[in-house]
Amino acid sequence: MTLLSRTDKSLLGRWWWTVDRGMLALLLSIIAFGVVLVASASPPVAERIGTGEYHFIIRHLILLLPALVIMFGLSLCDTKMVWRVALCVLAGGLLAMLMVLAFGTEVKGATRWLPVFGFSLQPSEFVKPAFIVVAAWLIARQKEVPSFAGQKWAFGLYGVVLTLLLLQPDLGMSVVVSGCFLGIIFLAGLRLRLVTALLALAIGGLALAYFCFPHVQSRIDRFIDPSSGDTFQVEKSLDAFKNGGLFGTGAGQGTVKLDIPDAHADFIFSVAGEELGLLFVLVMVLLYAAVIVRGFNRVMDSDNVFAVLATGGLLIMFGGQTLIHMGSSLAMLPTKGMTLPFISYGGSSLLSMGMAMGFVLSLTRRQARSGIARGSLSLKPVRASA
Amino acid sequence: MKGERGSALDQARGRMVIVSAVFVLAYIIVAARVVDISIIQGGFKGRDVAGYADESRDEGALLRRADITDRNGVLLARSLRTASLYVDPSMVRNAEEVAKSLVRLFPDLNYGSTLKKIQAKSRFEWLKRNLTPDEQQKVLYLGEPGLAFKDEDRRIYPQGGLTSHLVGYSSVDGNGIAGVESSFDGFLKGNNPSLALTIDVRFQHALRRELNAAMHEYKAKGAAGIVMDVRNGEILALVSLPDFDPHHAVDAKDVQKFNKATLGTYELGSVFKVFSVAAFIDSQKNPLRKAFDAREPLKRKSARPIRDYHAQERILSLPEVFIHSSNIGTALMAETMGTKTLQDYYTHFGLIGKSPLEIPEVATSRFNTPWHDVDTLSASFGHAVAVTPLQLITGVSSIINGGEKIEPTLILNDNTHQKAAKSVSERIVSPQTAHRMRQLMRLNVTDGSGKKANVPGLMVGGKTGTADKPGPGGYDHDKRLSSFVAAFPMDDPRYAVFVMLDEPTGTKNTNNFATAGWVAAPVAGEVIATIANLEGLAPRIVGQDFESTLRHLVKSEEQVREERNAQSH
Repeated sequence: MTLLSRTDKSLLGRWWWTVDRGMLALLLSIIAFGVVLVASASPPVAERIGTGEYHFIIRHLILLLPALVIMFGLSLCDTKMVWRVALCVLAGGLLAMLMVLAFGTEVKGATRWLPVFGFSLQPSEFVKPAFIVVAAWLIARQKEVPSFAGQKWAFGLYGVVLTLLLLQPDLGMSVVVSGCFLGIIFLAGLRLRLVTALLALAIGGLALAYFCFPHVQSRIDRFIDPSSGDTFQVEKSLDAFKNGGLFGTGAGQGTVKLDIPDAHADFIFSVAGEELGLLFVLVMVLLYAAVIVRGFNRVMDSDNVFAVLATGGLLIMFGGQTLIHMGSSLAMLPTKGMTLPFISYGGSSLLSMGMAMGFVLSLTRRQARSGIARGSLSLKPVRASA
Repeated sequence: MKGERGSALDQARGRMVIVSAVFVLAYIIVAARVVDISIIQGGFKGRDVAGYADESRDEGALLRRADITDRNGVLLARSLRTASLYVDPSMVRNAEEVAKSLVRLFPDLNYGSTLKKIQAKSRFEWLKRNLTPDEQQKVLYLGEPGLAFKDEDRRIYPQGGLTSHLVGYSSVDGNGIAGVESSFDGFLKGNNPSLALTIDVRFQHALRRELNAAMHEYKAKGAAGIVMDVRNGEILALVSLPDFDPHHAVDAKDVQKFNKATLGTYELGSVFKVFSVAAFIDSQKNPLRKAFDAREPLKRKSARPIRDYHAQERILSLPEVFIHSSNIGTALMAETMGTKTLQDYYTHFGLIGKSPLEIPEVATSRFNTPWHDVDTLSASFGHAVAVTPLQLITGVSSIINGGEKIEPTLILNDNTHQKAAKSVSERIVSPQTAHRMRQLMRLNVTDGSGKKANVPGLMVGGKTGTADKPGPGGYDHDKRLSSFVAAFPMDDPRYAVFVMLDEPTGTKNTNNFATAGWVAAPVAGEVIATIANLEGLAPRIVGQDFESTLRHLVKSEEQVREERNAQSH
C-alpha cells in the first residue's frame, strides 16, 4: 500500500486509488481457479485430439497475459476512451464476422473462427462486449441529447449483430447478446410494456429457433425428456458432481474430463465439481455472484448514464454467461456450449472477457465528486438530489 | 436536461437493484442445485472416495474365514488372501484395447462379456476373482488405471474332493453353501481360530480308495461308506461317490454333489437283520432256543410269499437265521414281536426320523404310511423302510457298543465326553443283547456270508445286505444295492464300518455274483485292515473263539447233508 501514496497524481496512482480493487481481487481469484482447472481438465482432451499434453495449458497461460493487459489497460481509460475503443472493436469485429462468413473455418457445424497468428479468433466474442458498450452509449446519448436518435441506432445495430450471429449460426451468443440488450433497455427505463413485448419477441425468437435449427430442437427435446436421446454429456456431468461430493476427488483425479469432449471449456464447472468438490464450487459461485453484486453496487454511485447502462449490460453478460454454463452442467438448462468466464479454456473468450471487465473496471472507477460522498456498499438506490 | 438525466439515473438504479436481485437469486438456485447433486443425490462421501491407490486400506480389518481341519489338525479348508481384479469403467478410455489385453492374459475370459463389463455404466465390475500374484503382476504391467484389485479370500481345500461332502464348499463371496461350510457359516465368519472335524483324513483316504476301486471294478453307479467310532458316534470317515472338487463346485453335476451317505435313503435289505434280530433277542425270553421254520416260503395275506435268497429249506436256529440271512426267519421273529414292538425298537435305534448331524444335507427316513402288519415283516429284512447309511451305521453302533444310544457327530470338541456321558442315559438294548449281537456278527464273518470281510486277528464282525432296488411296478432284480456293515474288534468294538455299492455288476472274480458278500464285504475288510495298520492295532490270537458259545447252534453243511439223507431214507 505504501507503493502508491494517496496523493500520487500519476496515472497509476490515480488508477490505484480510484479503481475497484475488490473487484480486481475477485477477478484474479477466478482467474487462478481457471488456471488450476484448465491444467487439470485439458491434458486428456489434448491427448484425444493428438496434440501435446500441455497444449491447452500453455495456450491458456499465453492468452491470459494479453487478457490481463487488455483488462488493466482498459481500466486505465476514462469513460470517453472506453466507448471509443468499443466503437473501434465493434467496427473491426463486425468486419471480421463478415470475413468469417466468407472464409472462416467451419468447426463442429458452425462457422465462427478466423485464424490469426496461429490462433483461432472468434470475432463474435469481441463484438459482444463492444456492442453492449456502444449500444449503452447510444441510448445514454439520447438521454442527454434527446434529438439524437440513439435508440433507433442501437436497435439497428442490434439487428445487424443478431443477423450476423444467426448466420454463423451461434444461437447461444445470440441469446446472450439479446439478453444484454434487453437488460440495457430495461435499465435505460423503457416502459415496462415495451420491455415485456421485447421479452415476448425474444421467446418467440427462441421458439422459431427451435423449429429452424435441428440441433437446437434436439438439445431442448433431450433437456425436457432425457430419455428421448443421448444425454451422455449431462449424465457424465451430474456423475462428476456426485462423485466429487463435499471435498472432491482432488485436483487431477477426476474422471469426467476423460469422457466429455470439451471438458476444458464447456464443462469445466463439472470438472471443478468432481475434483475440487462442493465446498470449492460454492466458493466459485460466491465469487461470480460477488462480481455481479459488487459491480452493480459500485456503479450505483455513478451519475453517468452511459457508465450505468454499459456496466449493467456487461455485468448481465458476465453473469448470464456464467449462469448458462453452470445451469447446463447441472442439467437445469439445455446443453449449451458456453464458456465459464475467465475459467474455461478459450482464447477469444478470455480476451473478450478481459476487455469486458476492463470496461467495467474503467466505468466503475470512483469519480472525484461522488466517490467521497457515497462510499457506502449499500444496495439501496441512492437518490440523486432532485 | 440535468433533471432528465437525474431521473433516468434514478430509474436505472432502481432497476439495477431488481437485476441484481434476480442474479443473486439465480446464483442461490445454482448453489442449491450443486448441493443437491453433490451431497444429497451423490450420497455423502468423505475424502476416502478420492484415491484409487489405497483401495484396500479398510480391508485390513476384514476377518479371514476360519480354517477347517480334521481331528489331527490336517487342513481341510483354509482361506487365502488373494487379489481380485475389477474395473472402474469410468476410468477406462479405450475399452476395446483393455478387453483385448485382458483376454490375452486370461484365455478363460470371454472378449464380448469382458468388453461389456468395461463399458458398463457403473464404477465397479468384477473381471476375475482370486488372481495369483503372477497374474496380478501381469495386470499391473498393463498400466491401465481403470483396472484395480480388491483383496479377497479364496477358499482352498487342500484335500480336494476328499471331504467334499462333509466340508462342503463356499461361494466366491465367502458364504458357506454346503456341508460344514454352510452349517457353521456364522462360526467360520466369526473371529474363531479353526473348526476341527471328527474326520481322520487317513481313514477317509482308505475308505475312498477302496470304495473307488470297487466302484470301478464292479461298474457301480456310485458308492458310499462311513467309518464311525461306536463309543461316541464320531464320524471318522464318510465318503459318497462320485464326488466333486469343491474348488469347482459350480461345475459339478447334481449326482456328484449328492451325499449318498447322509442324504440318500435306501431300502438296504439284510443289513437290517442286525436290528430285527437285536430287537427279537432283547424282547424275548430265551431267544436262542427259538426255532424258525424256513422249509417253505412264508405266505401271508395280501403279500407276495417271502423267500430266502440262500434257501436252507429247513428249520433254523436263531444264529442260522442271521448267518444264512433268512428273510423267512426274521419275518417270523417280527411276527412274534408284533408291529408295535418292532417299531419301538426301530425308533430307539434312530431309524425313524432324521439323524442329528451337523451338516444341512441330512434326509429323513421313509416308510410306508399307514404301516401295515405286512410292512413289519418286510421291515425285518430291510424293505419297506428306507434309511440313510448314516442312520444304519449309527443304529448298529448303538447296539454293539453295549446298547447305549449314540448320536452321529462331525464336530470334534471338548463336549464330546459330555455328549457320551449323556448318551449313557438312553439304553436301547441290554448289555446281554449287545453281547449276543457281537457274537452273531462275528459268527457271520467266520461262518456266514461275511467271510470276505475277515481280517485275521482283528475280530471282524459284520452283516451283508443285498437289496433289489425298487423300480416301476415292484423290485428290479437286476439293479441292487450291495452293502456291508462291519465292526471290530467284536469282543470290544471300537470302529464300525459301512460300505455300499450302488448297482454293482459281478465279474469273473466274483463268479458273476454282485451280492454283498462278494462285492461289499471285501471292501470293508480292506478298509478295516488299513485302519488297523494306521492305528497300530496288532492282530491278536485269542485262545477261545469269541463266538464259540453260539457255534453249537449252527449246523455245518455236513450235518445238514447227513440229516437230509437220513430223512430221505
